[in-house]
Amino acid sequence: MYYRKLNSMIRDAVKEGETEFILDNVNGQRYIGNGINEKVSITINGVPGNDLAMFMNGPDLVINANAQDGVANTMNAGEIIIHGSAGDVLGYGMRGGKMYIKGNVGYRTGIHMKQYKKQIPVIIAGGTAGDFFGEYMAGGVLVLLGLDRDENTPIAGNYLGTGMHGGVIYIRGEVEEYTLGKEVSVLDPDAKDEKLLTKHLSEYCKHFGLDLDELLSKPFIKLIPVSSRPYGNMYAY
Amino acid sequence: MMSQIPPEFIVKIDYDTCRRCRRCVMNCSFGCMQFKDRVVPDHKKCVACHRCVTFCPESAISITKNELTYKDSANWLPETRQNILKQAETGGILLTGMGNPRPYQILWDHMLIDACQVTNPSIDPLREPMELRTFLGRKPNRLEFTRDGNDEIELSTELQPQVKLDVPIVFAAMSYGAISLNAHRALAMAAKNSGTLMNTGEGGIHKDLDSYTDNIVVQVASGRFGVTSEYLNSSAMVEIKIGQGAKPGIGGHLPGEKVGEDISKTRMIPVGTDALSPAPHHDIYSIEDLSQLIYAIKEATDYTKPVSVKISAVHNVAAIASGIVRAGADAVTIDGFRGGTGASPMVIRDNVGIPIELALAAVDQRLRDEGIRNNASILCAGSIRNSGDVAKAIALGADAVVIGTAALVAMGCRVCQKCYTGNCAWGIATQKPELVRRLDPQVGAERLSNLVTAWGYELQEILGSLGVNSIESLRGSRERLRGIDLDEQTLKLLGIKPAGIGQ
Repeated sequence: MYYRKLNSMIRDAVKEGETEFILDNVNGQRYIGNGINEKVSITINGVPGNDLAMFMNGPDLVINANAQDGVANTMNAGEIIIHGSAGDVLGYGMRGGKMYIKGNVGYRTGIHMKQYKKQIPVIIAGGTAGDFFGEYMAGGVLVLLGLDRDENTPIAGNYLGTGMHGGVIYIRGEVEEYTLGKEVSVLDPDAKDEKLLTKHLSEYCKHFGLDLDELLSKPFIKLIPVSSRPYGNMYAY
Repeated sequence: MMSQIPPEFIVKIDYDTCRRCRRCVMNCSFGCMQFKDRVVPDHKKCVACHRCVTFCPESAISITKNELTYKDSANWLPETRQNILKQAETGGILLTGMGNPRPYQILWDHMLIDACQVTNPSIDPLREPMELRTFLGRKPNRLEFTRDGNDEIELSTELQPQVKLDVPIVFAAMSYGAISLNAHRALAMAAKNSGTLMNTGEGGIHKDLDSYTDNIVVQVASGRFGVTSEYLNSSAMVEIKIGQGAKPGIGGHLPGEKVGEDISKTRMIPVGTDALSPAPHHDIYSIEDLSQLIYAIKEATDYTKPVSVKISAVHNVAAIASGIVRAGADAVTIDGFRGGTGASPMVIRDNVGIPIELALAAVDQRLRDEGIRNNASILCAGSIRNSGDVAKAIALGADAVVIGTAALVAMGCRVCQKCYTGNCAWGIATQKPELVRRLDPQVGAERLSNLVTAWGYELQEILGSLGVNSIESLRGSRERLRGIDLDEQTLKLLGIKPAGIGQ
């Protein structure tokens, strides 16, 4: 089924008050959940296409497979659970809601993620991340767990947090200094951070049947921006 | 370090007529005017915004260039030397505002419009109907009609969403942040009065503009500030911003000090943080990716609104525009190298891009050659200064023109190029409440509507003299233009004949 027909069917059903959807045999259809403002739940069996949950504002999505690029692009609210890995540019400009990914994530995860007052987006990825994790990040919480990887695979790629000027990144493990963007500094999490991590990770563990204590048994590092105005001094007025 | 930069302007006060009312002191937002026992100007701070000159009740103030500040040189111009001094003192990138002021050839001024004489009578627009109405959006390849039972003919072709303009002039994208809320209000009101569009720029939309939905273009740029499904649906059209004529290949950067409570609300970011819109959208690295974003927006708006893509005029603009149209855009806005900006590195503004006249001609021709011209409307931006420019742009192939600087000038802007300082004395390019208050949105709207009305009348006069009664008949009609003082290659690129040649 072409995405346009599928999404139009979903939108029409939402308008008529339907709140629960199970989509079987999904195979690359784009834009599922795009621009839906109601609190509905959509279970996706199969691999959804790019820009899943773009501009989404409310729904809960469960994906029982991998996801492709651009999940949660410019998303405002809702929850996305991915029982697999996901592609590049996840959570671009994401401003609220949650995205939990069991496996690995590609390049540019959490790029431009921002927060506004109580709207604080959260992305937790269970595996490893590609380059530019948290690029231009302006708000929100990114957590990278690095589970199920062999010793030689780095947990995150290069240019980690490059251009970051807001929000926080937690990584379960160490990263090489040279992989860091010049706009971030590395700290040890304090008690407040641990409380925040425990809260989000216990939810994460519930979705994927993982053990919270085991997740917390390894130390995390915390990455925050050096300044909320990284480029303030480059100009002559 | 002591500054060696001499004042650019000299403020002269005629103390014989000065009443010492201090109105100039109150009006100066750049800290130039001080009152001791009388008004004393600090010449170095003057930017020639002419606020004090305009509001002095005795006309006692005049501002002149600081002649012979620098010894004459045809090569080392005063501004060249001033810029070097500035950079020697700061080590920073030179910022500037407004459009490219350098004396590049203006091709509009080398094109002349035809008129009717004797054999093909002109039309008097005062007595006869003149149609300026323009529809933006994808037009069908062909129209099909069916005959119903009563022998009535009906259109059976499904039309794509269109936006109706009463005049082919829309206001340019200027964000709330770059300009004030009162300026946004004035633009929205004027757009509604004049049956045209204003464009939010990339800074989201303030709730005060809720009732202007049908006259608003909402922009989606790389920072995605304030972009929600509600925002996309509060519009007549959605525009994806790829580039801007004043700074092709350069992103936007609203400094943290301009992000106050209200801006923070519309951009949906915390107070005081920099709002960074880098040049690339990081979900667009190809025409296919652009298509993906176009259709994401169409999905979010249920295919009810045209989606346009704005690019700056660069060397390969025709091929890029062709890709954009093939990617599914319903309109393309091309912004030429003289287009304005709230802030841009000077070196980019003054040296990057190509003239809109050539870009427009190239894009229109390319889309015609490929048989896809009807798939998208073309909007032409980048220093449209008068209705003559509008007519020429439409004859070169534009569906409508976009005015930014002209609209600001109508509201009071004196083109002092200090938009990036946030100190605009006219309440336009500022967020300081005491300055924003100076721009009355009602008055601003009236001035903008007057400008559009006046240009509309003039366009009708031009159409009448051409012997046509609709703007549609001028659109893409390059035969009605002639070039003057242009070389053969430029004439060829513009697709026009030199003046002196008849049919």
